[in-house]
Amino acid sequence: MRGYFDCFREEISTNGTTLAYKYSMALAGLLFVFYVLMHMYGNLKILWGAEAFNGYAHHLRILGEPILPYEGFLWLFRLLLLAALFVHVGLALPLWSRANKARSTRYVVKRTVRATFASKMMRWGGVALLAFIVFHLLQFTILKFNVGSGQFPDTVVDPTTHETIANPYPLVVSSFQVWWVVLIYALAMFALAMHLRHGVWSAGQTLGLTGTPAKARAWNLAGIAIAAIVSIGFIVPPLAILFGLVGK
Amino acid sequence: MRITLNVHRQAGPSAPGHMETYQLDDVTPDMSFLEMLDVLNENLQDDGQEPIAFDSDCREGICGTCGMVINGQPHGPEVTTTCQLHMRSFRDGDTITVEPWRADAFPVLRDLVVDRTAFDRIIQAGGFISVNTGSAPEAHSVPVPKPQADRAFEAATCIGCGACVAACPNAAGMLFMGAKVTHLGELPQGQPERWSRVIDMVKAHDAEGFGGCTNIGECAAACPKEIPLDVISQLNADYRKARSKVKD
Repeated sequence: MRGYFDCFREEISTNGTTLAYKYSMALAGLLFVFYVLMHMYGNLKILWGAEAFNGYAHHLRILGEPILPYEGFLWLFRLLLLAALFVHVGLALPLWSRANKARSTRYVVKRTVRATFASKMMRWGGVALLAFIVFHLLQFTILKFNVGSGQFPDTVVDPTTHETIANPYPLVVSSFQVWWVVLIYALAMFALAMHLRHGVWSAGQTLGLTGTPAKARAWNLAGIAIAAIVSIGFIVPPLAILFGLVGK
Repeated sequence: MRITLNVHRQAGPSAPGHMETYQLDDVTPDMSFLEMLDVLNENLQDDGQEPIAFDSDCREGICGTCGMVINGQPHGPEVTTTCQLHMRSFRDGDTITVEPWRADAFPVLRDLVVDRTAFDRIIQAGGFISVNTGSAPEAHSVPVPKPQADRAFEAATCIGCGACVAACPNAAGMLFMGAKVTHLGELPQGQPERWSRVIDMVKAHDAEGFGGCTNIGECAAACPKEIPLDVISQLNADYRKARSKVKD
């Protein structure tokens, strides 16, 4: 019997088992969960005004100094996230294709019993999130384009310390004064909520951490809680800006 | 009862399949689903037509031979096997769509009959324990703690019918594998092969062309033996541990 498996071993060693792919996706996914929680926390600082928000951006850039250079931590973390993105997306695609190949003839009638909207939307929702991430990075990190009016300096002099620091505040405020930008972000946050709602639970199960009903329930609740916290926490600043509670 | 049946017909493994509609007027609520098909087949034979091929054996819900997707659900709307499903679960005048298990790892042989030997090859890969043959050992010579014995028994109720694969959006065989890994891994007799078992079974599973699990839970909902979803967590945990213990 071993010989039978040795044949398959050849074929599979060039591409990992489905379980190996899924572990890597789960680990990368949990890194993203940690990241979006931190990102959301930083965004909420905008509710306290320009100084709090720009100060947070500045502190991210000097984190780890003097051991790390200016923006050292930021770039290390960006590289880590980029690597995780390659793993997460790069393994989701072959798994998606394996699933399609595993059922090349579809059912005429198929009823789902346990599937949720969130679990059904994992793949296309993930594609939507990827498109959003590209847009989001172009808007606030790479091009820093303003869909509203006006150009803003990249840096500003801190009124208390007289240091030159990062100045993301006016671009963020100006962007979210445009209703359709807020709409895009609201839709993206809905997609993120759905992805997290199933993804957190799924990661727990994939890593083999849901072996008892109590643990399974805990991971499921964690999925719901993180989805709610992250999506609401992210959408509060844009809404606050749109309705004039923050900014001018 | 008057029933309209929409049945998948396929003359052979490589023949094209199509749906065919049949009327059945003399159905009683006490008939099992298979008895209803028996009546239909008698009518077809009387008319000189080819009867519908389907698998069945014990007709007691314990062997796992029968299985078809009824109105989009493996084994139909009740949590039981097709042979234990009765026509009282349907209403007079209903249209019922009947299809074979759809998974490329379970190729259709004819009509509603699929080849499930892929499961046998997964079992051959690791679903066994090594014991001395000859006289049976005294049953109480190896103590098994009650919780482990219960969990192993619950997983051992898997009859290998394949409903989990049929229900899975990815056509994955993970609930089946999880049941076997949990059943044998919980018992002292299953320990010698515990780590090689899970690796060999996962490799065989992938090589057979099953998809990967996305933790949606359709399998556990469709399982006539109500194997819980946490056996997949056990499978994942054992695989993770096995990767570090077993070297290729």
